Amino acid sequence: MSEQKERALQNSQDTRAQALAKLLLRPARGSLLQAILLPVLAVFTALVIGALVIVFTDLQVLNLYKDFFSAPGKALAASWKAIASAYSALFKGSIGNPAEFAKAFSVLRETGDTAPLRQAFWPISESLVTSVPYIFAGLAVALGFQCGLFNIGAEGQIFIGALASVYVGYSIKGLPQYIHLPLAFFAGAAAAGLWAAVAGLLKAKTGAHEVINTIMMNYIAFLLSDWLLNGPMKRPGWSPISPAIQDSAWLPKFFPDPLRFHAGFFVALGIAAVVYWLLFKTTIGFEIRSVGANPDAARYAGISVTRNFILAMFLSGALAGMAGANEVLGVNHQLASAFSSGYGFDSIALALLGKSHPVGVVLAALLFGTLRSGATRMQSLAGVPIDIISILQALVIIFIAAPAIIRWLYRLRLEREVGETVFTRGWGQ
Amino acid sequence: MAVAAQNAELIIARRRHIGTGVFFLLVALLILAFFVRTTAPDLTTTFGLNPARLTTALRLPDLVLPSLPSLWFLTVVCAFLGGWQLAKGFRSTGWALGVVAFAFVAAFLIWAARGKSMNLVGMLSSSVLRAIPIALGAFCGILCERAAVINIAIEGMMLTGAFMAAWIGSITHSLWIGLLAAMLSSMFLAAILAVLSIKFKVDQIVSGTVINIFATGLTSYLSAKFLQVYQNLNNPDIFKPIPLPVLSRIPILGPVFFEHNVIVYITFLLLILIHVMLFYTRWGLRTRAVGEHPKAADTLGVNVFRTRYINVIMGGLVAGIGGAFFTIGSVGRFDEVMTAGKGFIGLAAMIFGKWTPFGAFGSSLIFGFADSLQTKLQILQVPIPSEFLLMAPYLVTMIVLAGVIGRAVPPAADGQPYEKQ
Amino acid sequence: MAPVLELRGITKAFPGVLANDHIDLTLEEGEILALLGENGAGKTTLMNILYGLYQPDAGEIFVRGKKAEIHQPNDAIRLGIGMVHQHFMLVPVFTVTENVMLGVESMRYGVFLDRRKAAAKVREISEQYKLEVNPDDYIRDLPVGVQQRVEIIKVLYRKADILILDEPTAVLTPQEVEELFKIIRSLKEQGKSIIFITHKLKEVMAIADRITVLRQGRAVGTTTPAEATMERLAQMMVGREVELVVKKKEAKPGDVVLDVENLHVVDHRGNPAVRGVTFNVRAGEVLGVAGVQGNGQTELVRALTGLLRPEIGHIRINGVDVTHASPRAILEQGVAHVPEDRQKDGLILKYPVHDNLVLNTYYVPPFAKGLNLQFQKIYEAAAERAYEFDIRTPSIYVPVATLSGGNQQKTIVAREFSRPIRLLIASQPTRGLDVGSIEYIHQRIVQKRDEGCAVLLVSPELDEILALSDRIAVMYRGQFVAILPAAEATRQKLGLLMAGVTAAEAMSAEEAPAAVEENPAL
Repeated sequence: MSEQKERALQNSQDTRAQALAKLLLRPARGSLLQAILLPVLAVFTALVIGALVIVFTDLQVLNLYKDFFSAPGKALAASWKAIASAYSALFKGSIGNPAEFAKAFSVLRETGDTAPLRQAFWPISESLVTSVPYIFAGLAVALGFQCGLFNIGAEGQIFIGALASVYVGYSIKGLPQYIHLPLAFFAGAAAAGLWAAVAGLLKAKTGAHEVINTIMMNYIAFLLSDWLLNGPMKRPGWSPISPAIQDSAWLPKFFPDPLRFHAGFFVALGIAAVVYWLLFKTTIGFEIRSVGANPDAARYAGISVTRNFILAMFLSGALAGMAGANEVLGVNHQLASAFSSGYGFDSIALALLGKSHPVGVVLAALLFGTLRSGATRMQSLAGVPIDIISILQALVIIFIAAPAIIRWLYRLRLEREVGETVFTRGWGQ
Repeated sequence: MAVAAQNAELIIARRRHIGTGVFFLLVALLILAFFVRTTAPDLTTTFGLNPARLTTALRLPDLVLPSLPSLWFLTVVCAFLGGWQLAKGFRSTGWALGVVAFAFVAAFLIWAARGKSMNLVGMLSSSVLRAIPIALGAFCGILCERAAVINIAIEGMMLTGAFMAAWIGSITHSLWIGLLAAMLSSMFLAAILAVLSIKFKVDQIVSGTVINIFATGLTSYLSAKFLQVYQNLNNPDIFKPIPLPVLSRIPILGPVFFEHNVIVYITFLLLILIHVMLFYTRWGLRTRAVGEHPKAADTLGVNVFRTRYINVIMGGLVAGIGGAFFTIGSVGRFDEVMTAGKGFIGLAAMIFGKWTPFGAFGSSLIFGFADSLQTKLQILQVPIPSEFLLMAPYLVTMIVLAGVIGRAVPPAADGQPYEKQ
Repeated sequence: MAPVLELRGITKAFPGVLANDHIDLTLEEGEILALLGENGAGKTTLMNILYGLYQPDAGEIFVRGKKAEIHQPNDAIRLGIGMVHQHFMLVPVFTVTENVMLGVESMRYGVFLDRRKAAAKVREISEQYKLEVNPDDYIRDLPVGVQQRVEIIKVLYRKADILILDEPTAVLTPQEVEELFKIIRSLKEQGKSIIFITHKLKEVMAIADRITVLRQGRAVGTTTPAEATMERLAQMMVGREVELVVKKKEAKPGDVVLDVENLHVVDHRGNPAVRGVTFNVRAGEVLGVAGVQGNGQTELVRALTGLLRPEIGHIRINGVDVTHASPRAILEQGVAHVPEDRQKDGLILKYPVHDNLVLNTYYVPPFAKGLNLQFQKIYEAAAERAYEFDIRTPSIYVPVATLSGGNQQKTIVAREFSRPIRLLIASQPTRGLDVGSIEYIHQRIVQKRDEGCAVLLVSPELDEILALSDRIAVMYRGQFVAILPAAEATRQKLGLLMAGVTAAEAMSAEEAPAAVEENPAL
């Protein structure tokens, strides 16, 4: 009798253990290829359409199209030439010229002169230097996204961060670098964080949508910086530029001029890792993501939506502020009026491309940094205005946000994702 | 039980009164501290009631106010309203709030122009001009959001409209073709927004942002490629002011409203047209049903998707007119990102105006006033840096938005893509 | 003569479910056909296909013997088919007339709406069918019973003679149900054919001429009230024997756990919603709050859980004043909350099951150490809970959105019940669930009561209230109009109280016999 009972108990324990093990079994992960395919195709398609824009805004090429039916080859060849010259300039401007590398190495071997090599590496260095603010700003927008906040104010927050950093950088003298540099850097982050937190506060307390408020605050930030750089923070002289920061506030550089590559790159990677940890490994991140995914359910579960809106907006602003601080402490070492960077707006596309994930953001930032520094070269060499980058970015966002277009273009069968972040919850409440 | 409940409700209402009352008193205190205290007793403020330019309106004598007594009067008005609110409480605080806001602005103007003269009509007239693109943006927003599509791409649409009006207007030497180009290009962007939001169900904030980035990029690109290289491509005519017969002769109102160019009058027409269409026609009834309860409309055979497409694209048309105003309606030249956030301010005007054309137009006038105020104040050499005065429209937008949202109820389905299943 | 409506082999699949599986159905002229089936049986899908809102994957529809192509509601309307939806399809900010004329507007000069003409026609219809409404009232000001009449007028305005009523009694008081039945019978007398969709057996027995039962997307049989018994119907509907009563022991009320005193709460628009409510709930008892939806129940629960700030009054839990405490502070007092809208308030749909199971305990040991989440512990606890509460899921890592409604609700119950709790606040805990899940959740609630937990149950379903409660409060216009022991409560009496009849009047009406004997849970 008791044996029977024991066996029954044993059986039920076995089934229990089996059931638990089954519940704990991780399902196979979706292939990495699929995760990467969509962004890659989005960028590729954007570049193709960008090429069309380049061709159809080139008057010389367009003139040839008038005779398209008599001499189609001519028009097509000219089109191809326009595209090739633009995109090769883009490549040379961002990665470098292979021929130049070869020559530089041979010079190095023969004479030991590193100058040509530095020259050859200059485009890559520039690309990385340009990527750094993108990483910060991209993380800023991505962190906002994770909390369901659409921070279009990164641009203004970059200004605020730069203002605070440059002020701490030039006004405090005689500090050792290990104090002065972090102080200046985090002053920028804190100032921009507080600035952005205003929008979070307004959303939490009144329901005013952060999209309108952060944009209004962009304009206010620009005007504020205009005033400061024309007045209280102006260096002696006629131009609206701040004094140069102390050497002790410089982000360290690793190579002699003209290579501008600096320690900011590694700081950015470090911050990206911190953001990853914060978002996905801590209770703070759990709360932020919960509020972003479903503020009602979060509130029911005892998570303060108000506090998380403000916190997330603060952190988002702080990250954007770091982008500004980085530009001041690592690149410019002073702050000029209208240093309008455009990083803030680009970072929206970047965060969407990186799926609001720190790793994705870093990769997307490297891509955008490369594109942008190449585009500068493209403008001077091929006469293609740098604004082509904005067009490419808009296209990338469209393809990422409406994957159905890419699926349709390439006849792909990709899985749909469950539950995307929602920003549109009306204008209040 | 019922009596107890009623008493309790009185207590609750009283509590809410107190906040408003304290706010009114605070305004009174502000006027006292900043304006009364810094005004010498013998100064007068002169407000010009005739436009500085040539006009057909009947002339009026200038309005001369003794600065200090006027300020005191306004202080007392605010303090009295605050006191009354605390002691008894107004049934509806809306109008009292309006009076207090007006008193504050009036006090500010009297203080700013103390010992000087300020052309009030000129300023109001320029307020109307500055309100026009905001109002057209707000109308665009109303057309879209009444059908429950949130459109934050108004800025981009207006920017594109401004560009096309300048460009095509320069090439064809025709203002009307320029205006048409502005409308068509903006409608094209609206169509993209509609497809993304309605067909692909992209989050509408994202799709709107895309259009904004795209419009900024494309106009800057084309401007760098063509307009800056060939100056004659960026040199359109501008619509000249046409005084309306009879109406323009009315003192004050005439010069403020009826001595402008044709785009201003188109705006007035649109104001009435959209109002009538929205509330008195089949299209309006269906549009509002789609915005409030799309499923209900669908079950009655109203095509939700088609209604939304039509409305968003019509919104694009209106935004295009607003864009054209920036170039062929005022300065006659396109500059990069010249819309400077007016599209977003238009959205705020729409919210403040509770999604009605007249409300939106009224709030646009407020924003236009804040915008034109700063130019006047610079002329008056008010001891405030010009950058801070330039912030006024943006700050006012934020304050209005914070104050009004939650009380203004948007269309119930606003921003939600419609799923058939 | 051909039946007025015939469906043949209607099939419709949604991702993961076969909602309709070769369903055949006939409706004769001038009859009332009840379509009976539990939640998720496919009744609404079938009717949406008939009304042109969905397209079937297979099958044919014949109207008066002729094959019909119904691609959109307009087609259905043209064929004389009208539908009163479960969730009213009325625009709250429109007047009755505007709602009725939408889609078939009367025009003046071809441009302007002719509201007056439409209103006259509405008045005419309301007189002909004894559907009392004022054409100029705004929908948002009307009680649900009247809103339903507007829905019926909408259908008649379009000259429909086949009427589909989808769960029309869900939101009505017993008296309003009687009213509705009168209207339906008068419609039938005037020659209309009616399909009446419901999952309530006694309504079927009371009104139907014929009954077709749906189970898991299939039509499992057709019968008449004369031939069928309720037990038989229940078995057809669920596919097995059903316990028609919740078994529970006598309550042993202990100390007061929740004490509410003169509570006033305003809704999000600032209008009074809860107007001076005083009551308490003791350990080991269930207090049911009955009432038609929209009488302040939502705001009451939100105030009790800290989501709305009360204007006046006190809330004490275990003797601690929590009137202005945060939701978390209240949770930590040992309060569990099953919200009325599980997808909106109870779950984060895109989160995996495991995160939803620790949604309000992720920050305490063992799930967190300082700032760091302890994932292994979370997984293990989640698996335990999923097993214990019988949540059917392939693993704890799938998004909770992929689970069925019943399993989603079980996820919430698992989360709330695995903490040490002393007060359970359950709002409509079984809304939209299948019978199995309803039984399970009811059992769990009774079990919690027996363990000495105080339970506040809020539900507009009288059956649920009567099945579970030890005491019953009736809420009307923000006030508790009566609190009575469950033994003294009848459907009739509660129905009157819910309609705002005062307690004294309701007591005197007690003698009147209840319409049909109770069948809790069905």
